[in-house]
Amino acid sequence: MSLRLDELSVDIGSRRIVAGINLAVGDREFAGLVGPNGSGKSTILKAIYRVHRPSAGQVLLDGTDLLSLDHKATARRIAVVTQESASEFDFTVREMVMIGRTPHKRSFERDTDADHQLVDHAMERVGCEQLASRRFNTLSGGEKQLVLVARALAQQADHLILDEPTNHLDIHNQVEILEVVAGLGVTVLAALHDLSLASLFCNAIHVLRAGQLVAAGAPATVLTPDTILRAYGADVLVIEHPDTGTPHLIPRRIQPASHDPRAGESFPDSPAQLTPST
Amino acid sequence: MLSACLALLIATMTLGVAIGSVPVSPAQVWHVVIAGIAGHPPNTVAGTIIWQIRLPRVLLAAVVGAALTTAGSVVQVLVRNALADPFLLGVSSGASVGATTVLLLGAFASLGVWAISVGSVLGALAAMAAVFLVSRTGSSLSPTQLILCGVVMSALFESVTSFLIFRGNPQATQAVLFWLLGSFGLASWNQLPIPALALAAAMIYLLAQGRALNAMAMGAEPAASLGVDVHRLRRNLFIVTSLMAGVAVAVSGIIGFVGLVVPHIVRLVVGSDHRRVLPTGVLFGAGFMVLGDLLARTIVAPQEMPIGVITAFIGAPTLIVLIRRRPYLYGATQ
Repeated sequence: MSLRLDELSVDIGSRRIVAGINLAVGDREFAGLVGPNGSGKSTILKAIYRVHRPSAGQVLLDGTDLLSLDHKATARRIAVVTQESASEFDFTVREMVMIGRTPHKRSFERDTDADHQLVDHAMERVGCEQLASRRFNTLSGGEKQLVLVARALAQQADHLILDEPTNHLDIHNQVEILEVVAGLGVTVLAALHDLSLASLFCNAIHVLRAGQLVAAGAPATVLTPDTILRAYGADVLVIEHPDTGTPHLIPRRIQPASHDPRAGESFPDSPAQLTPST
Repeated sequence: MLSACLALLIATMTLGVAIGSVPVSPAQVWHVVIAGIAGHPPNTVAGTIIWQIRLPRVLLAAVVGAALTTAGSVVQVLVRNALADPFLLGVSSGASVGATTVLLLGAFASLGVWAISVGSVLGALAAMAAVFLVSRTGSSLSPTQLILCGVVMSALFESVTSFLIFRGNPQATQAVLFWLLGSFGLASWNQLPIPALALAAAMIYLLAQGRALNAMAMGAEPAASLGVDVHRLRRNLFIVTSLMAGVAVAVSGIIGFVGLVVPHIVRLVVGSDHRRVLPTGVLFGAGFMVLGDLLARTIVAPQEMPIGVITAFIGAPTLIVLIRRRPYLYGATQ
């Protein structure tokens, strides 16, 4: 149950988006893929779930080249949760989770009792069983994401790819989704935006910049002010999380805060307070 | 559910055969049908009307209704847009060029009654090939490009039709307009096998892809992650739906709204799982078209209303009601 990228390069059109990526995720490891917008995180993930074809290099699943497997066989090994997208079609939550069984079924094969049990089990495991008969489109963002994790579970893959699954979620739902995923006991590679959150859940973090890996390792060794500055061009403070001792990032303002901190105690009501004084 | 729909469809079709300028009783209808299937349709006036005129007409309406509904349901998944209909991708306007060429310029005159069908099938196939080629990027068909190219090519073909009408003589133009609005007035037994076989073959393929269609409804990337070969499926769906719509148009002209509205009604009743949507759609679509045709030939009897007018008058208000009942599904924020 390991995933390895070997000198992976991906072109879109004639442009090389990521180049020479070497990255390994060990058995049941929770690996984070971070980097600024447009650095190629999604592109790498899409090469793994076969939306993009590698221009060079390989994606290796337990040492086997992914391209030697057919699409269904790949989907039985790798499940994907992305940001929820609006659907024109009105599926119930149960139907949505059942769609996860797709790669396991032949043409005309019906849903068996075993499939229904797997779907029930998947919904219970993420705690969305009470939503089973709701319409997916009527759920909140957090609920939708949980259902998509349940769908990935019903897919019974031992690898899970997450592409910014916590975007647009509130802080409770962000932690809940990642906690559920971390408890699944599968090999995870997740593109994440929130570095402090990544540091809280990941065993290893891989940092991308402009299509190339610039750092990799345990969160404590990778998430340093120096690396963040190099990858993102952002100036941050790094402190230790009081519970876990993992790095926690605190952003800093580019301009020194110019207003009197006490002004924040009441809501600014005069235009004078909104214009920075020099 | 399916058996209830089937019973409803059989009742509708019986009614469709029974009602007309010479009314017959449902018992009489079945008597003739059973005798006809046994190979000896009764040689009475009622027997001839039922077996030679009304039954093939009702059956053809049912097959065309089913084909357009199926094509519509699938096109909506193909372009991931609930507003898509089977004619979106240029099939109908291509067929119009073919049929107009036959009616106005006398092409394929040697084929007799088959000339219009052959002309419109060729037109539909040409349009399909043109849309396929211009919207293809590498080996993939993207939904937005398909819609745009379909709309643009449709406009082009429609202007070719307009040009032909503009150049044609007024009597023939009347025939073209009548064809464009659709009719089952010329239905006969020998028109049935090709659309029926096309529908059956398409249904077998599509039902085999039921799960893949559900996955495609999630979008191309989720479908790929669920093990669907998206490029191949899109290409096959495009070909299957275009052929079904093309064959339907060839025997009945352009009957709008059925392929757009009936899939929505079906999804409202049975949900979005295509393993239920497709078989239910066949029965609903068939019943809808049989009823539409019944109205078309009785509402202004002894004249016949073009059925496209009927389906639009029923379809448009129905769709509006559906849109207003489920705002969240049609992009409203709450």
